[in-house]
Amino acid sequence: MTEITTEKARIGAPSAKPFIDGFTEEGENLSPVNTGTNTSSTSEKTSEQAPSAGPLAGASAKSHSHGGGVGIPDSSRAGRLTSYKLADFKPLTGLEEDWRFTPLKRLRGLHNEVLSGSAPSVAVTAPEGVVVETVGRDDVRIGSAAIPEDRVSANAWENFAEATVITVPAELQLDGEVSVLLTGTSTEASAQHIVIVAGRFSKSRIVLDHQGSAIVSENVEILVEDGADLTVISLQEWNDDAVHASSQQAKLGRDAKFKHIVVSLGGDVVRMTPSTRFTGPGAEAEMFGLYFADAGQHLEQRLFVDHAVANCKSNVLYKGALQGRNAHTVWVGDVLIRKEAEGTDTYEANRNLVLTDGARADSVPNLEIETGLIEGAGHASATGRFDDEHLFYLMARGIPEDVARRLVVRGFLNEIIQQIKVPALEERLTEAVERELAASDN
Amino acid sequence: MSTLEIKDLHVSIETEQGTKEILKGVSLTIKTGETHAIMGPNGSGKSTLASTIAGHPRYNVTSGTITLDGEDVLAMSVDQRARAGVFLAMQYPVEVPGVTMTNFLRTAKTAIDGEAPALRTWTKDVKAAMQQLRIDADFAQRNVNEGFSGGEKKRVEILQLELFKPKFAVLDETDSGLDVDALKVVSEGVNRAHATGNMGTLLITHYTRILRYIKPDFVHVFVDGQVVEEGGPELADRLEEEGYDRYATGAGAATIAAAAAAQA
Repeated sequence: MTEITTEKARIGAPSAKPFIDGFTEEGENLSPVNTGTNTSSTSEKTSEQAPSAGPLAGASAKSHSHGGGVGIPDSSRAGRLTSYKLADFKPLTGLEEDWRFTPLKRLRGLHNEVLSGSAPSVAVTAPEGVVVETVGRDDVRIGSAAIPEDRVSANAWENFAEATVITVPAELQLDGEVSVLLTGTSTEASAQHIVIVAGRFSKSRIVLDHQGSAIVSENVEILVEDGADLTVISLQEWNDDAVHASSQQAKLGRDAKFKHIVVSLGGDVVRMTPSTRFTGPGAEAEMFGLYFADAGQHLEQRLFVDHAVANCKSNVLYKGALQGRNAHTVWVGDVLIRKEAEGTDTYEANRNLVLTDGARADSVPNLEIETGLIEGAGHASATGRFDDEHLFYLMARGIPEDVARRLVVRGFLNEIIQQIKVPALEERLTEAVERELAASDN
Repeated sequence: MSTLEIKDLHVSIETEQGTKEILKGVSLTIKTGETHAIMGPNGSGKSTLASTIAGHPRYNVTSGTITLDGEDVLAMSVDQRARAGVFLAMQYPVEVPGVTMTNFLRTAKTAIDGEAPALRTWTKDVKAAMQQLRIDADFAQRNVNEGFSGGEKKRVEILQLELFKPKFAVLDETDSGLDVDALKVVSEGVNRAHATGNMGTLLITHYTRILRYIKPDFVHVFVDGQVVEEGGPELADRLEEEGYDRYATGAGAATIAAAAAAQA
């Protein structure tokens, strides 16, 4: 195993100019998926419109810098364009930093078509006290926690017809979980919008359960108010043909606690972009992920943790398993500690386990630190192989081959599964992982 | 009383230059309670013999037999051999991602015994064995061999030897890369396992150093895929003084003839 060890410095933050031609600080650009299409430059983002001044502008979203004068360089995560308007985002070429690993040809129009198909149906089962509403585009809560950061997300924002708003009222403490079953039945490109509001001092757990077949770009806004404790679990157990892009943005108030768990198993292309923004001190975020890519599957996760205020904590751990030809996973973790964010404590790690030849795991941990007055900041990435020598070692201790494989994968992924704390769900996912594993034995 | 019998074993591997024969007719019989040392220069085929007994897929047996109490070991899969009672302490133990030592040891013990060990005594046994081998308690929570130093990996191999209680232990250069203190700890572990009286040991080594701590009953000298000389512990002493030079090509043929004559 190779390991990038914990370092407490500005590491991985892309510089304006690569110091070796053909390389960026994030690694060699080997991704063959989008090459040879266009010659447009990726280093120059030129949006003529001023970014919309949404509710997230200001403290938690610095406006896009055009260079010249003071400002954060374009390559900083802080400089990324955010806008509610699709037109603000240029058409994708696939060479953009945040799209360079994504097979655009397999997005089935999510980035360049009007998303007019019917979105997956939403069925919510909630304990008493939780308010579930279906609202129109003009509802005031829309835009309260999120702003699109890429073209696919903006496309969904422009095209969604109605939104589901789930509100856990202030001080309500839930025992059971809120289950949101999203079932796709159409294969036309569609847009989905969900808003989750965890009221002050409430405590709740919400499961977004994605199933069926769909071509969908989804925006999930998550508002965690002061002192609230919210867990959101997003399961992607799609059919093999599904294409899913999901921007899940959380905005955390003072002393809020937020736990986000992504589990991606099914689908042809799944691209998750979860983010956490701190807007008040004393908040804590944990972001976990588990993904298991089979032959031909593309599972991508790009995270952003925005430490914009002082004394917040974040911990990120994503673990992925890959097996089969052209199984491809991507993990990019951006952590930004802004100048104001003194006393920040953050750690992010990605672990991948490659089970067969022909699979590819990309892993890019980025850490930008603008103040030295922090508790701690670390990042790590390791990708290991399970190969014939591992198998020989375990079998030489009497362990049969199938048990050996299960042992390794279960042990590896269980660390994430046990974070879910819903026994029935944990069991279901353990079984799902073993089914994935069994599929490779043939 | 068990017997591990190797008869006229020929083993080859596939290389880019084609098939290469490494073992050219090896015969060896080990019984419970005996310690056999196999010594020889680099590339003589010592480790190939160890890996072939355990069933590593890289090695093709072209002729000959290996039997354990008359059972055909070569017909068994790798895990079946381990369950039949053959243990290989590896020269280079691999790191296994995702599996904690605790989980691994219990799974292997369950597989070998055919039933799960009683939890309370097992935990106690593991703890005690770790202590004797001076292995930190926190190793139990770490992944198998992950981040262990060379010496730590070897101690963990001997830990398994003590816990799994095999009929035959094959130690593949367990001593190489160890400092004197670690060598003593490891040797004590092997001697403890041996003292139970239920194990035969095949000790493969390049150096005579470990034989100060583990006393062999028989010494076999390996050169170019064959046993060229056999004897008692005194042979090891002679090797310590003279090295392997006298088995060098040319002189080797004469020595083999002499050894054959001595046996006859």
